[in-house]
Amino acid sequence: MEALLIPFLDATIRTATPLAYAALGELVTERSGVINIGMEGIIIAGCFGGLVAAGAGGAAMGFLGGALAGVLMAMIFAWFVLRLRADAIITGTALTLLGLGLTGTLYRGVFGLEGAALGTPSIAPVAIPGLSSIPVLGPVLFTQSVMTYLLYLLVPVLAWWLMRTHAGLALRAVGESRAAALAAGLDVRRIRWGAILFGGAMGGLCGATLVLAQVGTFTEGMSAGRGFIAIAIVVLGRWRAVGTALAAVVFGGAFALQYLLQAAGWALPYQLFLALPYLLTLVLLAALRGRAEAPAELASPAE
Amino acid sequence: MTEALLALWDGAFGSSYAIWSATLVRSAPLLLLGLGVALAFRAGVLNIGAEGQFLLGAISATALAQGVGGDLPGVVMIPLMAVVGAAAGAGWAGIAAWLRHRFGVLEVISTIMLNFVALATISWMVRGPLQEPTRIYPQSAEIAHAAQWPFLIPGQRLHLGFVLGLLACVIAWVVLTRTATGFRIRAVGASPSAATSAGGIDVTRTVTRVFLVSGACAGLAGAAEVGGVTWALYEGISPGYGYTAIAVALLARLHPGWIIGSAIFFGALEAGASAMQRDAGIPSVVVQVIVAVIILGVLAGSQRRARPTGGRR
Amino acid sequence: MTEPTGGATDHGEQDALALEGILVRFGSVVALDGAHCRIRRGTVHAILGENGAGKTTLMRAAFGWLTPEAGMIRLDGQPVTFRSSADAIARGIGMVHQHFMLIPAMTVTENVALGGAGAFDGARFGARIAEVAKRAGLPVDPTARVRDLAVSAQQRVEIVKALVREARILILDEPTAVLTPDQATELLRWIRTFADSGGTVILITHKVREAFAIADDLTVLRQGRTVLSAARAALTEAHVIEALTGASVPAGDGVMATAESATRRATPKTKAPRATDAHVVFRLDRAGYVDERGVTRLHGVDLSVYPGEILGVIGVEGSGPRELLRLLAGRLQPTSGQVTRPDAVGFVPEDRLHDAVIPGFSLTENLALADGGEARGWMDWPRWRTTTRDLLASADVRAAGPDVPMATLSGGNQQRFVVGRERRRATAALVVENPTRGLDLNASARIVADLRAMAGHPTHAVVIHSADLDEVLAVATRVVACFAGRVLEVEAPSDPADRTPYTRAMTGMVEGIVTEVAR
Repeated sequence: MEALLIPFLDATIRTATPLAYAALGELVTERSGVINIGMEGIIIAGCFGGLVAAGAGGAAMGFLGGALAGVLMAMIFAWFVLRLRADAIITGTALTLLGLGLTGTLYRGVFGLEGAALGTPSIAPVAIPGLSSIPVLGPVLFTQSVMTYLLYLLVPVLAWWLMRTHAGLALRAVGESRAAALAAGLDVRRIRWGAILFGGAMGGLCGATLVLAQVGTFTEGMSAGRGFIAIAIVVLGRWRAVGTALAAVVFGGAFALQYLLQAAGWALPYQLFLALPYLLTLVLLAALRGRAEAPAELASPAE
Repeated sequence: MTEALLALWDGAFGSSYAIWSATLVRSAPLLLLGLGVALAFRAGVLNIGAEGQFLLGAISATALAQGVGGDLPGVVMIPLMAVVGAAAGAGWAGIAAWLRHRFGVLEVISTIMLNFVALATISWMVRGPLQEPTRIYPQSAEIAHAAQWPFLIPGQRLHLGFVLGLLACVIAWVVLTRTATGFRIRAVGASPSAATSAGGIDVTRTVTRVFLVSGACAGLAGAAEVGGVTWALYEGISPGYGYTAIAVALLARLHPGWIIGSAIFFGALEAGASAMQRDAGIPSVVVQVIVAVIILGVLAGSQRRARPTGGRR
Repeated sequence: MTEPTGGATDHGEQDALALEGILVRFGSVVALDGAHCRIRRGTVHAILGENGAGKTTLMRAAFGWLTPEAGMIRLDGQPVTFRSSADAIARGIGMVHQHFMLIPAMTVTENVALGGAGAFDGARFGARIAEVAKRAGLPVDPTARVRDLAVSAQQRVEIVKALVREARILILDEPTAVLTPDQATELLRWIRTFADSGGTVILITHKVREAFAIADDLTVLRQGRTVLSAARAALTEAHVIEALTGASVPAGDGVMATAESATRRATPKTKAPRATDAHVVFRLDRAGYVDERGVTRLHGVDLSVYPGEILGVIGVEGSGPRELLRLLAGRLQPTSGQVTRPDAVGFVPEDRLHDAVIPGFSLTENLALADGGEARGWMDWPRWRTTTRDLLASADVRAAGPDVPMATLSGGNQQRFVVGRERRRATAALVVENPTRGLDLNASARIVADLRAMAGHPTHAVVIHSADLDEVLAVATRVVACFAGRVLEVEAPSDPADRTPYTRAMTGMVEGIVTEVAR
């Protein structure tokens, strides 16, 4: 069993990384009082954008391309919800359909039947000298891709920014009470735009990470519900940065569990493991009663 | 481009086969699914789980057919399949309804999660308990003849499910506009606070009932698809019908009568899309883009009228 | 209550703030039509007007919350344009709104800090807030979460918020609306002190007496225009009332010449005959209510209401009237004790558009709504339509017909519709909450007259709560006061102009009541 522990934890962190990007992006969006269930569409757009950009200019370009694709999708969302005052849920649903449909269409159109499996650049894990030799933690935490290491920096910075800067305070205020924020002279709409676009960029990075650092290729619908899981992760993390990151690890573990259990030879149908993360979300949402400590403005229309 | 559009039109309306066996057959599930979504939205319930409820209806109808299909006559079998399918869909929706009522879980999230669980379930079913005897293909055996739903027009593939869908829409329209129950649903959707305070309406009970009915419609659609079209269960049995249903409902402005036209429109799109892929080489997944664009178009034009209001308290 | 005080110390002739020819339109509705106003530095300036006259809109323009279509704003003589309230705040204007703009989930420090820039050190900033507050004579606890504070404390936070930003001009919108009479006196005293030490205060109020007690200058708005603007010393209450309503109002009982008194008549109120217990309409036996947050809103209330009575309920927001009314109306169930009431109780809640009607539904549908929970089977819409027509006639509601949307009716007509609907539905009892909120003087007067007419009915009882004491006194045959969740009978004073019994009851200065320590 011990021999399986380290690969399991390693897989957990690896799987959690893209989830964390999407969840942190959704966290910021929701902290501004807007729920974006179109994150699924943003992620898949990031997958495809990352694929195309990487093919053109290498892996680094791929991440940029993924983020950009995410931002573009988020712009559509923000335009409809903030400018046209459309319902955020319906717009988000449309965004998901748009993302899935558009990427599927373009993928077939550009890559045809052979697909893109060959020739997709990817990045390999990098061992941090010294730290990676620590027993157990070393291979698990410090032999990961650059995107994971980026998260180690991003999470504390985001936590600090949210709680200890005026900008973070303003974001939180906008998410709690639009009226109070307006009265304090804050530009609610601009802040929400920013939060949504940030969510888009992070969702796009999630997609790019999936393609370039985790799976190594693109398949239609590869986002597999991660956009919705990101929303659950934010709830589980109680709308805090560190909590969200930890919750992402929990979900990474759930995904990785299917490999662990298969390798351990348990004779359970593998579909159970497919369903497990989603069931976990439901159980946790019920246990946490999803609502306490949610930014108050989430229950109101965004504009 | 014109070639593609012509292929699209041709595939949808170009021949009597196209109309009766392609367009309307594809509209059949959308009638019930769209109705279910519209009713839910009308009551303020964001049921995004039509897809999963549809699959559960298909699974249970298949299981029933495989179990007793050979033993019972069609006249018993078919209504039984319909009832079982509707019950399964209602039950699946009921999980989300219970989570919402008991734990305050947003149904937007829970219904989507359940969609994925349903996908995992059907994947298991067609590789396990319901798999065909040779155990080679991930699909069920063909259901017994008695369980196959009758065709309405000789030589065409239009089946009973289409009529059920039409009936359901008409009944729903009458209920919404003429009955006390329908009035309560509309009131709760428009303003749960006024419904409670001024009307003494039990919002939770009304909402839960609509949620279950919404699931039942989706489940019935699943049973009809198995009984009337595929005669077997397999993984891809729903090409995203549950999500298209949202577009159907929105385009119809949540009005049960207009669902009929909206469902036929989308059915035509799907039928045309297959033809378009076959004849002009454009991938049919493009329809998803069209659906998304239509939803966005309705949103842009409607100034928040299409919003499923209230319902969260 | 409020003592008249002396005039302002003159700090120079220059106006601190001048508004000229302000035009504001919301769609096709003209909210301000060339309104003007000049506020001298170091004075207390009262802006008076009835609901909808434009007072808040004018001050929002001054605060930069909206930009007028035409007109000029001058600060210290210099023309300015505010693109947002951030500009106004930066120029030393602060506003305390009628409904506080505080975030309940956040601390006082976080709320006050909102709108700043850069890094944010909670502890240091909190110390600064405490210091400013103490110096100004308005102590606050920077670490407290706003949702845990009492209303008067929250208001202090709002004022301190403005002071921390070095506001020299303070705009207060109906600040005494949520305070007890004693708290109001204290606030007005503070305002006077602030002005005497050089600050400028603009007080938006509908209470004429309050304005006369505290202000140096008065401006009266009516229908978006300035109809009167002068030093207080040059005016009498009669001038002001005439300006407010646009019609001469007989001086009546000179002592009580306030805007609200237009709805009062100096007729003796009939005491309802005390019937035997068997005929009681409402009875509460040690009824208590604890809300979802675990706060006890009502403590063991014993109360009986008899036919023919109009029971007036007074009390500051949060002291219990809201819950009491809803227990009587059957909208809430007591968490302890018992409530005995008729099966059908008519209820006119304060938030009409949210709780009483569905604006998008037709009048007919809104009428049917009242029976919504009990209706079965088919809806006989033709019959409902006829009944609606009858209601429109009998309640004198101005509407084009039974099928128009509720939203097309004016506030006054909507309210008359609701009252009529509830009376039709429940013949034994009617519970009314702040019935004239948001209505203009004429509509209010009619509602009050309708309610008064219900006194003395052999089988019917009415319970009314209003935040406006005058309104309650104009209608009620008997008054009870809520204080901290307890209900106390108030003996009517021999002098009808004497308010002290009511004030004392509302602030708990009565024998036998243990005053709870305010949180």
